[in-house]
Amino acid sequence: MSFLSATGKRLTGKRLVTVTLACLALCVIVGVIAPLVGVSTGRDGRAFEWLGFGAFDPASPVHPLVSVRLPRVLASLLVGAALSASGCALQGWLRNPLADPFTLGISSGSSLAAVLAIRLGLERLIGGWGIGAAALVGAVGTLLLVERLARVGRNLPPATVVLAGVTISMFCSAASVLIQYTSDFTDVSHMLAWMMGSLDAVRLVSVEYAAVPIGVALVVLVAFGRELNALAAGPDAAASLGVSVGRAQVAVFALASLLVGAAIALAGPIGFVGLIVPHTLRAIIGPDHRALLPASIFGGAILLVLCDTLARTVIAPAHLPTGAVTAVLGGPFFVGILVRQKRRAALWGRA
Amino acid sequence: MWLQLSEVDVELGGRTVLRGVSAAVSAGELVVVVGPNGAGKSTLVRALAGLLTPSRGSVRAFGRDPARGDRRLVARDVAYLPQLYDLAFPFIVEEVVLLGRYSQQTGFGLASEEDLAAARAAMKACDIEALAARRFDELSGGEARRVILAQALCQGARCLLLDEPTTGLDPAHARNVFQLLRAQCDAGAAAVVVTHDLDLALRHGGTMWLVADGCLAARGTPADVLASAATRAAFSLEIHVGTLPGGTPFAVPA
Repeated sequence: MSFLSATGKRLTGKRLVTVTLACLALCVIVGVIAPLVGVSTGRDGRAFEWLGFGAFDPASPVHPLVSVRLPRVLASLLVGAALSASGCALQGWLRNPLADPFTLGISSGSSLAAVLAIRLGLERLIGGWGIGAAALVGAVGTLLLVERLARVGRNLPPATVVLAGVTISMFCSAASVLIQYTSDFTDVSHMLAWMMGSLDAVRLVSVEYAAVPIGVALVVLVAFGRELNALAAGPDAAASLGVSVGRAQVAVFALASLLVGAAIALAGPIGFVGLIVPHTLRAIIGPDHRALLPASIFGGAILLVLCDTLARTVIAPAHLPTGAVTAVLGGPFFVGILVRQKRRAALWGRA
Repeated sequence: MWLQLSEVDVELGGRTVLRGVSAAVSAGELVVVVGPNGAGKSTLVRALAGLLTPSRGSVRAFGRDPARGDRRLVARDVAYLPQLYDLAFPFIVEEVVLLGRYSQQTGFGLASEEDLAAARAAMKACDIEALAARRFDELSGGEARRVILAQALCQGARCLLLDEPTTGLDPAHARNVFQLLRAQCDAGAAAVVVTHDLDLALRHGGTMWLVADGCLAARGTPADVLASAATRAAFSLEIHVGTLPGGTPFAVPA
């Protein structure tokens, strides 16, 4: 991995291309293999099942299995990429290692909006996309509120941001619980299923809707890598280097909330991806956002596809909620990274 | 006139930090700004850099209001070294210096030959070539200071606004910074340098501004300002200005 490593080297075009292509290649491999993997449950018990690449052929007898799995693999790629990239961008924008859709309260705000939409019967009124739309509005609204609460003059002090985010997060969670208590049983089970964060119910049509906005937002976000680098020393230092700080902050803010909102609308709140992927990659390839953002996009996509594949195979034929798998696997993994790197404070500057 | 402050008042947190400050900086000038803690020196430099908006009066940098308009154009003319520099990520020294090239780069901003040459020259001038591959957050205070100075130098701006560039530097490197600034100003650049190093300010400064209680209390040659009653009053201390046997001037608190 030394050719990917950032120790003592600035980002050159060659390293940028190497890192990006390596991550992309891995992402494609994982994305192609995942729909072909499963667990068969016959009379003779559970067995690992490999369909073979021929299964992509519509004429193949096992093609229906692939076409069932394909939407959730594609959704995992999109959601993982969106959550991880927005986590990376939020950490850079706020200069805060704890920034991610969960700690900033975006997930809870989005969940509250979705729960409210279910309670008010929005789905019956305007169709299934009503909940997704509500989740998107909730995500953007929450980030807007947290930013307003935390801003001190021209600055967003890291501690204030997390404080505001955690406060909003607790409020929204409590409000969601109160709404659940006043709902009937069908609605409650619907709400709980949604709040677990799951890719079970994703349909190909919602993936098609989400692909374009997420793809565009990711590309535009990568273009702000240089501004995020300059912002690492704070708004004043960035401004004196020539960055239009206000414009860059608004753009990153809008893109991150769009990505988080779209991801939550697709799959519900899935935790940890936005935190562990950027931190892990930062420790490996260095803090330059021009390489870190593309790597986070593919890294997040890879992680979520792997977690979702586990989610649908571990207790097959039943499925685990994907969000629970990312959190359960992500926690110990992140602790490992933390323990290994913290002596040099490689995860985040200054010891 | 490159930089100009006209009747500038600045309020921060409801407190008037600068009151009625008028001053100007022209090509070739090396201005040293001295004054007690909390007098408003940093605020004065930040106003010149366009990083805050005055409540009254106007600021002009190369004919523009630096607090409005395109930051990139301002940055091509004016570089600013903040007093405190807190980098959130573990960048290496070379990357930190290259951040200074932002205003000169286009597109994705991967370092061009020109950028690398500018960074190399700045790193040589600040004697940090040996630190190029080290992590910025693992440097000593004085080393980090020199790295940030190199970042400001490689920006390619003709006017430098430096807030305490020599704080934490050993005597040799502190002198080196002022000699470097002297050479740049003699070659047509301009610099405004906040410092508590009165001795170096006396030897290398062209003009001295004394900031006391939010006002420009005195200005003139460093020798005159340091010996003035205004300086004595501002610091509540007599500054003894003299000449060493070799002819080098010195300033020490009496």
